[in-house]
Amino acid sequence: MDEATKSSLKAIPLCKTKASPRDGDLWIERLKEEYESIIAAVQNNKTSDRDWFKLESNERGTKWFGKCWYFHNMVKYEFDVEFDIPITYPVTAPEIALPELDGKTAKMYRGGKICLSEHFKPLWARNTPKFGIAHAFALGLGPWMAVEIPDLIEKGLIHPKS
Amino acid sequence: MAKNPATTIKELTDRLNGSLGRLSAQQSADIEQSPPRTSSGFSTVGQKQPVPYREKIQKISAEVVDSNPYSRLMALQKMGIVKDYEKIREKTVAVVGVGGVGSVVAEMLTRCGIGKLILFDYDKVEIANMNRLFYQPDQAGLSKVDAAKQTLIHVNPDVQIEVHNFNITTMDNFETFVDRIRHGSLTNGKVDLVLSCVDNFEARMTVNVACNEENQIWMESGVSENAVSGHIQYIEPGKTACFACVPPLVVASNIDERTLKREGVCAASLPTTMAVVAGFLVMNTLKYLLNFGEISHYVGYNALVDFFPRDAIKPNPSCEDSHCQARQKEYEERKTLEKPNIVSTPTHDEPVVHEDNEFEIVLLEDSEEGTATETATSSNLASGLKYAYEPQPNVDQRNDQTPAQIATHDLLISLKDKLIEEAKNKRTK
Repeated sequence: MDEATKSSLKAIPLCKTKASPRDGDLWIERLKEEYESIIAAVQNNKTSDRDWFKLESNERGTKWFGKCWYFHNMVKYEFDVEFDIPITYPVTAPEIALPELDGKTAKMYRGGKICLSEHFKPLWARNTPKFGIAHAFALGLGPWMAVEIPDLIEKGLIHPKS
Repeated sequence: MAKNPATTIKELTDRLNGSLGRLSAQQSADIEQSPPRTSSGFSTVGQKQPVPYREKIQKISAEVVDSNPYSRLMALQKMGIVKDYEKIREKTVAVVGVGGVGSVVAEMLTRCGIGKLILFDYDKVEIANMNRLFYQPDQAGLSKVDAAKQTLIHVNPDVQIEVHNFNITTMDNFETFVDRIRHGSLTNGKVDLVLSCVDNFEARMTVNVACNEENQIWMESGVSENAVSGHIQYIEPGKTACFACVPPLVVASNIDERTLKREGVCAASLPTTMAVVAGFLVMNTLKYLLNFGEISHYVGYNALVDFFPRDAIKPNPSCEDSHCQARQKEYEERKTLEKPNIVSTPTHDEPVVHEDNEFEIVLLEDSEEGTATETATSSNLASGLKYAYEPQPNVDQRNDQTPAQIATHDLLISLKDKLIEEAKNKRTK
């Protein structure tokens, strides 16, 4: 894990409640923790001038969507990001998807779900229920974009949106 | 040609627009007439239904004639392997995931004359799947469940096939999934068995949650990402380890992870490994449904050295899944109640005693005295098996660590594991 990931990870508050959307009031509690940690993460990204995603959810907190972006040679590449909270959450991590990139890279599953490193899932499993959405972004999506986006740009598969 | 070109072009565009308008009007009328196709509904194949090659067979015959599709299966009864083969027609099996393994499993069960299959998948057939069995290139673009149904009803029109084109891990779909486990059988009761043939941890955990809650017996299957090992696992909630009890059990491939090329690919696959695993899974299924032989609790397959470890895993008394714990309690109670009769009632697990055993083949004991009190570590597994990762240590002692500290700690542990493994490898060489 690189230093940047480590320091941003350190700044993200941990979640406490082990609850999925099927757990009623406990899920509301968890959702609050999720929002708190996402807000803190975004705040931290902004203060360190490394703002790279924004997120919102539906009313029940089961479907999430937003934008994430990456700067390459001073040019911004932005993508829609979306995922569902699985019923097994937080035992299993959310499967983050960038639908626009579906079919453009082999490191993706159907529907544009990003293919995470072999280290991510064991790490997540060991830290359940403390890791939340913000951690999945910092440890999963962030490193994935840092590797894949420059590669996709180089291959001419993606272009900046004007 | 002599006409003014401008008029000709205008005429042409008018004519084109006119026919386009008529076409779209006709199309919308067609859509209204055709039955609604919702993603969660019991959809029918989008293309033309193939005409079945024969009428449904009301009663299976054991008559040995070329035209009897069941004669070779009924022979199992004549040879004394199966007591009542025809029972298979009353059985319903749910197959979750109809990819490389699941599609072959569904075909095998269809050819065996299973009563009903319920198929779940949300993927589409792709040309990239052609290295596996079952799907044909002309089915590319169709949903896997629809394509599978198309082929299966043609192979055996006696089998009822229900399909669901959705992802079971999301809230809404999970409810339907559970409902089908509960009411999917031929008599609208519980299905007889759920077979998990999915390719990811999230979906396996989802099947595990559903089956623990519904007290549903199921079997897990998997093929490794490098395509050279696989496994099947029988899970009876409360009696055997559930999928959340211990980290996933995998066959040690003896490949140095660092020499494994991952560049540019997510997973490799071979039709061979998938067919072997599908065969194991359906064989175990038939033994379970028709009550013959001995059901394996875990069979592994290492293709590189043709090694087939067999093991039994006891449930974890402190399993994270509360429903698993409840099922364990129920099982313990049931066991104490049933104990006096155990000798007189033969069960699935009764050991098969062979009269001659010239090769001295010994099956691993599935001991059931009490539940495991020791925590899961790789040391008490059959040789050749390992956990995908070491179980989560008691969380409490790590509560005051920051995630970065935990991550570093994890990294150190994995490094240590690698070093130990390396040392071991050196020693064996």
